Amino acid sequence: MTDTATRPEHGPSAGDPLEVAFAVNGTAVRAAVDVRESLLDVLRERLALTGAKKGCDHGQCGTCTVLVDGRRVLACLTLAVQARGRAVTTVEGLAAPDGTPHPLQQAFIDHDALQCGYCTPGQIMSALACVAEGHAGDDEEIREYLSGNLCRCGAYPGIVAAVRDYADSARSTEG
Amino acid sequence: MRPFSYRAPATLAEAVAALADGGPGARPLAGGTSLYDLMKLGVEAPSAVVDIGRLPELAGFDTAGPEELVFGAGASMADVAEDAVLRADYPALAESLAKAASPQVRNMATVGGNLLQRTRCGYFRGGPAFDCAKRRPGSGCAARGGLDRGHAVLGTSDACTAAYPGDWAVALLAFDARLDLYGPRGARTIALADLHRGPADAPHEEHTLGAGELVVRIRVPTAPAGRGSVYHKVRDRESFAFALASAAVALTLDERGRVAHCRVALGGVATRPWRAEAAERAVVGGPLTEEAAVRAGEAAFADARPGAHNAFKVRLGARVVARALRTAAERAAGRAVA
Ligand SMILES: Cc1cc2nc3c(=O)[nH]c(=O)nc-3n(C[C@H](O)[C@H](O)[C@H](O)COP(=O)(O)OP(=O)(O)OC[C@H]3O[C@@H](n4cnc5c(N)ncnc54)[C@H](O)[C@@H]3O)c2cc1C
Ligand code: FES
Ligand code: FES
Repeated sequence: MTDTATRPEHGPSAGDPLEVAFAVNGTAVRAAVDVRESLLDVLRERLALTGAKKGCDHGQCGTCTVLVDGRRVLACLTLAVQARGRAVTTVEGLAAPDGTPHPLQQAFIDHDALQCGYCTPGQIMSALACVAEGHAGDDEEIREYLSGNLCRCGAYPGIVAAVRDYADSARSTEG
Repeated sequence: MRPFSYRAPATLAEAVAALADGGPGARPLAGGTSLYDLMKLGVEAPSAVVDIGRLPELAGFDTAGPEELVFGAGASMADVAEDAVLRADYPALAESLAKAASPQVRNMATVGGNLLQRTRCGYFRGGPAFDCAKRRPGSGCAARGGLDRGHAVLGTSDACTAAYPGDWAVALLAFDARLDLYGPRGARTIALADLHRGPADAPHEEHTLGAGELVVRIRVPTAPAGRGSVYHKVRDRESFAFALASAAVALTLDERGRVAHCRVALGGVATRPWRAEAAERAVVGGPLTEEAAVRAGEAAFADARPGAHNAFKVRLGARVVARALRTAAERAAGRAVA
């Protein structure tokens, strides 16, 4: 797939695999990546973490949302090499070790916040950050701060209800 | 995507050296939300990528000033948008970022990279199937006789009508912002107003940075007009969309309620961040009545040259200017800050 002979003149040669080390869901990983690869492709194709989905691959739909050092970002517009040394969290990292869903995942189930489910991992990762940022004060604010996550099935009312429910209980457990 | 070499230097000086070393095919990568996107489309094909995402010299920002606000080029759009001082004292600056892109993009994207994002023209992004003088100098323009609903009506040329898509540069233009640059020939400072070029007969020359030159920081002189400022943006959907038309206004009123100082800049309607001096002249010296605001809006678009499908931007843009002027005046007077 790469042509290493074309550009020998500059630095670590174009086309050579690059070692990159980072953490995913608390586990250290090391992968030899093609510099052109996105974090999304490395998560899905090399690490078999297929929770984050590829919708548009251009930053426009949000279904690839993951957390990097706790902040929500788009894995499709992140070069895998940009993640070096970072802590990545994907939807696979949310449930408890015994498999009990994260309270936000449970809220999505309780509120029927999905139809096909394709956007759901991105919605959940984005919503988790949205609540942590303090941007889930009311429905209007939830809609604005989840506007980077599209749902082709139009499950928005359930999504907003689930996020509001989770935000309320997260606030009350904080005291 | 073409292969490229990748380096992540630790200092600004090393980054500039790496860019020089990489030659004309080298590109700095900050958040990557514009550059990597265009690389996937085959529109950008750098031979060398220099990752400037972790340079300490570009990090952080300081709005405590007494004399100026300073934004490292590597500060994230999200962090700057949330700044309490900015939101209270320079709402136009905070709003231009908060109303741009999505929370995820704002977390990744930098305020330096934002200035240099490239047009969203579908024929530019569409790749080799379409003529585009930005992609291939001299190849013509597929937007002529094509779908130009999103295109510019101000500052266009026969070679290109693509709109400048960003919001932040438009807001900065209302505040005499300056840019500190660093490149192979050392440091220099330019006015933000001198960063972007109109298309003229060379639409591929979009900015005035030298080869391998980086934006290090953005500086904005503190100004009383900050409080009387607004960024008003109209888009096809309520959130997560580029501007069809936007206006940044910053003004002050004298003790009798007349406009003392006024800056108006436009987005979504022009080929570069666009200062509307005719609109400014139309309101300075008098009270900001509805009639004065409407007149100023019309003045801003007096020279508009619409294409086949974007004539609506002339009226829409004029109304956006009028509304922004009225909101800015209310804020300057200390009323009804939305
Ligand atoms: C789906 C989507 C929607 C968006 N909506 C909006 C919107 O509504 N409003 C808006 O304003 N923007 C919008 N954007 C654009 C986004 O804000 C920009 O892509 C982003 O700000 C670019 O910053 P970056 O750090 O990611 O830049 P990069 O992609 O890393 O770089 C952009 C360009 O600037 C150059 N560059 C970067 N940093 C420097 C520097 N310090 N010195 C010199 N050159 C540099 C790069 O070489 C490249 O050419 C949207 C983007 C996406 C993907
Ligand atoms: S796949 Fe990343 S935003 Fe659509
Ligand atoms: S549930 Fe189908 S896309 Fe959202």
